[in-house]
Amino acid sequence: MATSTAKRTGSRVGWFGKFLTSSIGQKIIMSLTGLFLITFLVVHLIGNLQLIMSNDDGYAFNSYAYFMTNNPVIKTTSILLYAFIVLHAIQGILLWSKNRKARGEQRYAVKVDRTAGGSKSSIYMGSLGMVILAFIIVHMVQFWGQMHFSESIGPFEAEGYEGAKDLYALVAATYENIGMVIFYVVAMIFIAFHLWHGFQSAFQTLGLNHKKYTPLIKAVGYVYSVLVPLGFAVIPIVMYLRHQGVL
Amino acid sequence: MPFQSNVPPGELSEKWKQYRSSMPLVAPNNKRRLEVIIVGTGLAGGAAAATFGELGYKVKVFTFHDSPRRAHSIAAQGGINAAKNYQNDGDSIYRLFYDTIKGGDYRSREANVHRLAEVSVNIIDQAVAQGVPFAREYGGLLSNRSFGGVQVSRTFYARGQTGQQLLLGAYQSLSRQISLGNVQLFNRHEMIDLVMEDGKARGIIARNLLTGETERHGAHAVVLGTGGYGNVFYLSTNAMNSNGSAAWRAVKQGAYMANPCFTQIHPTCIPVSGEYQSKLTLMSESLRNDGRVWVPKSQEDAAAIREGRKTGLDIAEQDRDYYLERRYPAFGNLVPRDVASRAAKTACDEGLGVSPTGLAVYLDFDAAIQRYGKSRAHSLNEYNADDLRIRELGVAVIEEKYGNLFEMYEKITGEDPYVMPMKIYPAVHYTMGGLWVDYNLQTNVPGLFAIGEANFSDHGANRLGASALMQGLADGYFVLPYTIGTYLSQEIRNPVVDPDGPAFRAAEAKSQERIDRLMNINGTKSAEAFHRELGKIMWEYCGMARNAEGLRKGRKMIRELRQEFWSNVYVPGRIKEYNPELEKALRVADFLELGELMMLDALDRNESCGGHFREEYQSEDGEALRRDDEYAYVSAWEWDDTEPVLHKEELIFENVELKTRSYK
Amino acid sequence: MENMKLKLRIWRQGGKFPQGKFVDYELDGVNDHMSFLEMLDVLNEKLINKKEDPIAFEHDCREGICGTCSLVINGYPHGPMQQTTACQLHMRHFRDGDTITIEPWRSRAFPIVKDLVVNRDSFDRIIQAGGFISVDTGQAQDGNAIPIEKDQASHAFDAATCIGCGACVAACPNASAMLFVGAKVSHLAQVPQGKVEADSRVQRMIAQHDAEGFGRCSNITACEAECPKGISVEHIARLNRQYIASTLGSEKVAN
Repeated sequence: MATSTAKRTGSRVGWFGKFLTSSIGQKIIMSLTGLFLITFLVVHLIGNLQLIMSNDDGYAFNSYAYFMTNNPVIKTTSILLYAFIVLHAIQGILLWSKNRKARGEQRYAVKVDRTAGGSKSSIYMGSLGMVILAFIIVHMVQFWGQMHFSESIGPFEAEGYEGAKDLYALVAATYENIGMVIFYVVAMIFIAFHLWHGFQSAFQTLGLNHKKYTPLIKAVGYVYSVLVPLGFAVIPIVMYLRHQGVL
Repeated sequence: MPFQSNVPPGELSEKWKQYRSSMPLVAPNNKRRLEVIIVGTGLAGGAAAATFGELGYKVKVFTFHDSPRRAHSIAAQGGINAAKNYQNDGDSIYRLFYDTIKGGDYRSREANVHRLAEVSVNIIDQAVAQGVPFAREYGGLLSNRSFGGVQVSRTFYARGQTGQQLLLGAYQSLSRQISLGNVQLFNRHEMIDLVMEDGKARGIIARNLLTGETERHGAHAVVLGTGGYGNVFYLSTNAMNSNGSAAWRAVKQGAYMANPCFTQIHPTCIPVSGEYQSKLTLMSESLRNDGRVWVPKSQEDAAAIREGRKTGLDIAEQDRDYYLERRYPAFGNLVPRDVASRAAKTACDEGLGVSPTGLAVYLDFDAAIQRYGKSRAHSLNEYNADDLRIRELGVAVIEEKYGNLFEMYEKITGEDPYVMPMKIYPAVHYTMGGLWVDYNLQTNVPGLFAIGEANFSDHGANRLGASALMQGLADGYFVLPYTIGTYLSQEIRNPVVDPDGPAFRAAEAKSQERIDRLMNINGTKSAEAFHRELGKIMWEYCGMARNAEGLRKGRKMIRELRQEFWSNVYVPGRIKEYNPELEKALRVADFLELGELMMLDALDRNESCGGHFREEYQSEDGEALRRDDEYAYVSAWEWDDTEPVLHKEELIFENVELKTRSYK
Repeated sequence: MENMKLKLRIWRQGGKFPQGKFVDYELDGVNDHMSFLEMLDVLNEKLINKKEDPIAFEHDCREGICGTCSLVINGYPHGPMQQTTACQLHMRHFRDGDTITIEPWRSRAFPIVKDLVVNRDSFDRIIQAGGFISVDTGQAQDGNAIPIEKDQASHAFDAATCIGCGACVAACPNASAMLFVGAKVSHLAQVPQGKVEADSRVQRMIAQHDAEGFGRCSNITACEAECPKGISVEHIARLNRQYIASTLGSEKVAN
């Protein structure tokens, strides 16, 4: 019998909680944190490009890193950033498990995933995300962790940067290893695929779909998802080649 | 049992208004105690269930579908008529009334039809308020088109999916009442018998199609909105599961079946392609606004086409016979359905059919493509457009108007109708006959009402296009909610109907016995196979043209088939489970009786009128010959296993003059 | 081709197969003018004649509008042809010797009844939650009282054309019903009559959608690709917009 059996979320959660835990709310969290991370990537890339922009033994990069680790506004923002990465990841995992459950126990024996404009990436956002999460953890341990907790990093010796560490040396040392270079480049490919869908999807989730402007959003998204990861990938390659004396 | 039309006195145009103001009402506190069972959730049943819920009755609604939204009203394509006169082309309530009476070949009840025309305008308003996205003009106002048998544009439409949109409107209103708790929905429940107590309809026995359990449901009144019985022909445009069983169960309890032989054969359907065919697909009548119907003039050309040596495109203009335009210049391709169907049959009988089976005529859009193409080129200031460009523009216009229909045609036939003319042939589409009802839509069984296609009341011997949706919604929204008060106001002293009473127990036991009997035959033939055979008999002897000899033979054949069915049918599976084959067998069993009654009715009616064409009664030029002096009555049949009894309701025409229908 | 031979791999569940499994059938004499369901009719007739249990599959109108048929054919809900229901799919799109795998819609919110038949009551409950305009019979004003711009009426129709078959859910890797909900919300939000209760409608329908156990939309657009009526995901965007606006932009605390 098809009678109404709406299960209403209890009032304890409050209207905002109800909003955020609804199917659309959960996606909005993904969308907004995603858009924040997209913006962050641009800032991160601009900073990282200091590594290779001028052949100055890391002056530009180290001074940038010093600024980033000491400015109180940036420091606050970075806490937000970590929180959003975690939120994006946890919410993503929750959605992934929810969606698996929604399919039911018996899966399709044959299933063709044909889409209307959605890319193959869209189907594998969860898996791509998991790989990226693993990458971020390695990346954080490798640089952020060493920067904060390792005793072995030498000082950055320049006027006005008392107490600063020579992070450039750390990065340069890492990218002397061809394995590391490959690891970072491959990770960027995963990020590119994740962004390929994520960028436009974030707008669709917010309801921003418009006959005239959506094609533009998609185009910007595609350009972004190629250029930004490419920018990141170029850095280890260039540094490796410089070390090898090729460049 | 009472058998009076109960048409109120007074002027035709005042009857309904006066009656509505004077009929007994049920007070709101009593409505809450009165239970109504509605069977069927199509336009009529769905609309009635929603409206009864709004009025405050306790409603139980039943459908054998998984959802009320799947009722076959959903498939109506072309539109819905209403005497709005938005087009300022001379339409009026009287004209819609007159067109419907005339279109029905003067075999319907004046007062009912006039009421239908009156409430038609409210339906459009109601549907718009429900959010039905009707087609609109650039100024934002409602758009209209023309249908067969009329000379005004009064058909409202929503692309080629008008029935769908109207049904969803009713379904949504019904859903709202379900969520409010006013209506209880029993989906996947099929009515398998009507329960009578003290000569009144008191409830139903339903089978839960998921579990196979039978259930007893009591109510103060039972309403059947269960549609028509066109599937008695096996091949029809009805949905596969459409059936006549609910109505037939009522007939077996004493309700009269009226005019069962009046079936509508729709002229524009996609022709049969092979033995395996399970159903026929309609191409909306709206296509005849722009399509021209033709066959080759010579049998040689027709034979060449049938054998694949030529196509329609190879036949020169002067070698084509646009027979509808030739025979009926005043209405041309827009003659009523019965006339168009018979003309197609005549052409094919003369050996001019254009499909391999010989049973198809062309519906050609080339002229319309040219005409629209030129007009569009003109409005685009392309005065020197070449033929190719004109064609391209014309095709675009046709695509806007009929795109989904053309697509459907191509999907089914694999031929592109923008290039090759469509092939069409008539097919069973609608049954004008149905349960006999009085002015209140009550059958001769007190407490049992029939609405929509399930009753016989408004279309006479032939229904005009776009009038089925009108009638279903009129009955459900605007007629029955008033008229049922005349009965229910007498029921307020019987507050509870006990579904555990002896009458219910006995009816349930009888139903179970019938099911047991079917399952235990354990013969060798499927219900489907019997249905197919029945369909062939019906089409052969009770189809587009009938004669006394054939009808007698057909009746005999059906009786034999029925005997064979009850001794040799095989129903797989078990009773107490989801068992579609058992559902089918139960329905076919009822069709095997109904079919016989149709033959009998057609045999009784020694005249030709509307969809009923008796070969013995035709004019010199092959038109239907009506015999008003002897046959201006509704035949209402009381079923009996050996010799059904005919009751006649004389039709009295006080406001229209009976004329020979002419569309020439 | 007059006489195709096919290998059918069909999901059977219930009766002899309580847990469900694929059973293989061979069928010859298939005509390419047959519809897919007529091909299954032929198979069932053969099974019945052998006194075997026929395959349960749901169907009704067989003209692509009732939304009853629900087969996943070779991995495609309603089969490989786009904007075509299974009942409108014809055998001319298959070849002699093909193996065809037929499965039911798979979603937790659509439990299997038998073989290829699923229960879609959850869709009804979503509509009951708010997919309507609250107008009683007889309350309406004249149909032409409020003009609706032609294109807007047409857009509303594009959403209203949903047949409620559930292919969107079957196709969605997340088994989400957002296209179904979006289509109804978008239809009613685009006609002036439906704007009045647009806020509470979207809230209640989404709450019901979530309670039924459907998945969450991640904008894959498989739903649009498999929708037999080609309903666009832009209606999901409108749904999202409505949902955000009705929560954040409305003074109502609970709907």
